[in-house]
Amino acid sequence: MAEYKLTADRYFEALKEDKLLGLKCNDCGKYTVPPKIVCQECSGSNIEVVEMKGEGVIKTYTVVRVPQEGQESQAPIPIALVTLDEGPCIMGRISNIAPDELSLDVIGRRVEVGHMVIPGDKYAHRDGVIPAFTVQ
Amino acid sequence: MRKVAVVGVGMTKFGKHEKTNMEMIAEASMDAINSSNITPKDIQALFVSNCLAGFEEGQLNMGGFVASELGIAGVPATRFEGACATGSMATRDAYNWVASGFYDIVLVAGTERALSMGTPLATRTFAMASDALYEGFCGLTFPGVFGLIANLYSKTYDVPMETLKESMATIAVKAHKNGANNPKAHFQKPITMEKALGAPMIADPLQLFDCCPFSDGGAALVLASEEVARKLSDTPVYIAGVGQSSAGNLGTQTYLPRLRSRELAAEQSYKMAGLEPKDIDVVELHDCFTIAEIVASEGLGFFEHGKGCQAALDGVTQMDGKIPINPSGGLKAKGHPIGATGAAQVVEIVEQLRGEADKRQVSGAEIGMTDTLGGDGGTLCNIILRR
Ligand SMILES: [Zn+2]
Repeated sequence: MAEYKLTADRYFEALKEDKLLGLKCNDCGKYTVPPKIVCQECSGSNIEVVEMKGEGVIKTYTVVRVPQEGQESQAPIPIALVTLDEGPCIMGRISNIAPDELSLDVIGRRVEVGHMVIPGDKYAHRDGVIPAFTVQ
Repeated sequence: MRKVAVVGVGMTKFGKHEKTNMEMIAEASMDAINSSNITPKDIQALFVSNCLAGFEEGQLNMGGFVASELGIAGVPATRFEGACATGSMATRDAYNWVASGFYDIVLVAGTERALSMGTPLATRTFAMASDALYEGFCGLTFPGVFGLIANLYSKTYDVPMETLKESMATIAVKAHKNGANNPKAHFQKPITMEKALGAPMIADPLQLFDCCPFSDGGAALVLASEEVARKLSDTPVYIAGVGQSSAGNLGTQTYLPRLRSRELAAEQSYKMAGLEPKDIDVVELHDCFTIAEIVASEGLGFFEHGKGCQAALDGVTQMDGKIPINPSGGLKAKGHPIGATGAAQVVEIVEQLRGEADKRQVSGAEIGMTDTLGGDGGTLCNIILRR
């Protein structure tokens, strides 16, 4: 039976210890983060679990000022997409710059990936563990 | 594949309704049925478009109840869900079933009570259209999705943020101006540039008037094979091309600020219709946010990537421009009751091509197109219509 090499649970448990896990494809050489059942580049199954460097560059950002129900106390929320040095792009929150200090200049800045735990609400099936980006 | 036409359309006013989802979808459906010169009994299958009734009214499995409401329980009734693209997805599927010869007459019917949910719950449930496991916990909202895209647009194409903001405000002003000509629009009052640019920030750099509203409303279409359509209507509007594509979460979308799923869906629909972007006379595209209109106008091929911002500033997309975008007011001003949106875009194009759009008529329009985005690119549908 087909089975995940890297399950969501294992990915989140590792992230909780600031370890960013991913999958490396032995066929095309590309990385997949967060995990999928196949390589996100070539759909191949010849993939293995690897620890990512946990560093990358901010691709874009926004600050959410009108939050979803249940996240009122977290707003304003600074969110970024980060392109990891190994290639994949992940979403997380910027942790060390105040939302109102952010500008377009942050795009292209290097970050280190840590983590943040976000309690799940009544619709979520679990608590969330998200990447937290420390801008260098 | 046979030719398929839209023979009748129906649509409630968009905005705030005291009516139930069933009342809105049934009223829009009966308008579509009556204007098609048929009775409900002629409908062979029902394509129901609704996204969030589970949260709005605690109602799932709507298909059968809609069939029963119209007195045609027994016909196959399928409910579709593809976030904001739900209605266009249902329309494309309905098209496929008639084109294949399986059915001769079908009904597409959509409804949503997004405004009546209230902003906090609506924001939460709309955000469910993002990847709940790996991106949703970050707290991204839909304005947030397009905030990310707007900042990336500015950076990628080297468009100063001031210029982009002015272009986005121009689009908001245009939407409200067009909406003022649409008696069914959610917002029917013009706004000024000053008002748009002075509004509160929702998700940087998007301000209140960059965002479409949550709306209540219903819309419906009767589709028929060419042979049947010719008997029912003097002004059938044919579906010349359809396209649908998909994408994963934002992290996997390496083309951003371009939405690759739109380019794939548009390519399918243009190819099927044997047409090019320059052939389109009028378009109803997915302006859930002003920046979304800019990237859509590029993705559909009306402008080069990075040039849609300037095109909006130059007036090319106004009612009297080379390619009038969203004469109905678009999602921005006509409103966005998501389950009804896709069908309502088709309603507008059908009225345009029949020359029945009154004060918002694009003169001489013969070929029109719709474009609907579901979630943050996950589902994308295009439909090309012609007289
Ligand atoms: Zn591979």
